[in-house]
Amino acid sequence: MRLRTEPRFEDPDAVYAALLDAHRGLDAAAAQRLDAKLVILLANHIGDDEVLREAIALARGTTLPERR
Amino acid sequence: MPTTYVNPRFPFRRPAALGRGTPEEAVVVIAGAGLVGLTAALDLARQGVRSVVLDDDDTVSFGSRAICWAKRTLEIYGRLGLGRRFLDKGITWNTGRVFFRDSEAYSFNLLPEEGHEYPAFVNLQQYYVEDWLAQECEASGLVDLRWCSRVERVEPREDGALVAVETPEGCYRIHAQWLLACDGARSAVREALALPFLGQVFRARFLIADVVMQADLPNERWFWFDPPFHPGQSVLLHKQPDNVWRIDFQLDWNLDPEAEKRPERVRERVRSMLAGAGGARGDLPFTLDWVSIYTFRCRRLERFRHGRILFLGDAAHQVSPFGARGGNGGIQDADNLGWKLAAVLRGDAPDALLDSYDVERVPAADESILNSTRATDFITPESETARAWRDAVLELARTQPLARPLVNSGRLSRPTVLKDSPLSSPDAGPWEGGLPPGAPATDAPVLRDGQPDWLLRHLAGSGGFTLLCFSRAGEAPAAPPGIARVVVSEQEAPGALWDHSGLAARRYAAAPGDCVLLRPDQHVAARFRGSAEPEPDAVRAARDRALGRAAAPLRREA
Repeated sequence: MRLRTEPRFEDPDAVYAALLDAHRGLDAAAAQRLDAKLVILLANHIGDDEVLREAIALARGTTLPERR
Repeated sequence: MPTTYVNPRFPFRRPAALGRGTPEEAVVVIAGAGLVGLTAALDLARQGVRSVVLDDDDTVSFGSRAICWAKRTLEIYGRLGLGRRFLDKGITWNTGRVFFRDSEAYSFNLLPEEGHEYPAFVNLQQYYVEDWLAQECEASGLVDLRWCSRVERVEPREDGALVAVETPEGCYRIHAQWLLACDGARSAVREALALPFLGQVFRARFLIADVVMQADLPNERWFWFDPPFHPGQSVLLHKQPDNVWRIDFQLDWNLDPEAEKRPERVRERVRSMLAGAGGARGDLPFTLDWVSIYTFRCRRLERFRHGRILFLGDAAHQVSPFGARGGNGGIQDADNLGWKLAAVLRGDAPDALLDSYDVERVPAADESILNSTRATDFITPESETARAWRDAVLELARTQPLARPLVNSGRLSRPTVLKDSPLSSPDAGPWEGGLPPGAPATDAPVLRDGQPDWLLRHLAGSGGFTLLCFSRAGEAPAAPPGIARVVVSEQEAPGALWDHSGLAARRYAAAPGDCVLLRPDQHVAARFRGSAEPEPDAVRAARDRALGRAAAPLRREA
């Protein structure tokens, strides 16, 4: 596994708040585009397909089915 | 009706076999006198092979259809003697512009490298190409073009195929030793053999319109995602010769395609596009030449060879447009098959060589289908999520070059490298860069007796193999019998092509003494480092392998 998964944020609450703040006032569609852009920007910054694939697998693997 | 081009009407000529009880005998019969069938016929004729071509119609393509001819296609037509006509008549373009909603997101330049005879793309209506091909086929004296001749039944046999042909004056039968099915997406030959043609149909439909107008727009490809004049959909504008413009409108899946094809409806769409595109041109007069509707689909036959019947072009594989892969792919099929069939007919190669057509062209079709599917997913996103990602990429592309490579308005066709072909001989040692075995040869400017010339023009010796030798001043080993030799030199030397710019050596990553063996379709069969002087035996062995004479099996694993 190349993806670093140990906790690395200095101020996790501030990171979380910054992510949420970025979505303020956006409808669901615009919020989804914003998320997509964040992913593209960060993925490009990392610039490593393998790390990205590991992250995709981890995200997908931890996604719970819809509650019925 | 087109106003800039009049379709020729070819006469029906009564064949001698009509009314005879016994079938006519032919070596090669080609079903379909379209782009691919005519290209195959001309390629065979250039190698001295006769063919009979059957077509149910009496004219060339109606409407512009395939309009984007890629560099490799132009090189193939260069080999067949038609290349200059594309350059003289066609529109050469390099710039593409992508618009998102009401403004330009970015533009790109295909940046054609200097030092090639042919550009990245030329736009030209398909009817011109078919017209020229038909003329050349006639002029060759080796192609028997039979118009108004419909393939009615096909009976595969051990020794060929028995084809029943229907004509205005009755039916006759022709027995072909080899039958090439080039009869398009609705191939009668494929249907006669009841072969499954499987793949994916997309919920994406486009209206194509050929519009004649005097527009002061540049020679560029313009692609709109979600423009104000056609909200939620995509639009493409492309220039052709004779002031004909191709406009493709994506149609909402729920619209009735027949109603959308009505001229007044199409004119309305074109008017609003002109009013909204690149400055107000809403009052620009135009005439509508041709309208068609197509649904995006990607599918192919499992195998392209069925005994003595071979499938080429849309009859074998169909892709969505926006990548110029239909026409260009079909032409590469003909390019791949022509020399192989000629070699088998001459007795130079075993029948098994034709298995390699399937081995080499099926992956090429899959590559096209993969590219086309990805473009379709971007152009016509099928879910809310897919659309959000698509729009996010486009929003970002406006200011961020990093997002631009993700924009997919059609990846433009590149020549197929025949990776892992059983006909290729692997490099004996390491070879950094250049053209690996299986790659199509690359052009370079050269001087021949002081005159400007092009390398590729010398690598097509009428259907034979060529040994391309790199030298300092014309010194080169002799080529084995039956293989033509072309010598490229660093310094001017008599009898050699002078690589005055050094581009040939650079593009092949070759030093003096190195040699490259090229197949008749200009793909690399093998290459030899000169430090160990290429032994005639190694060159001969590579040629034999490329002719399927080696023991290695040429079939794909099932």
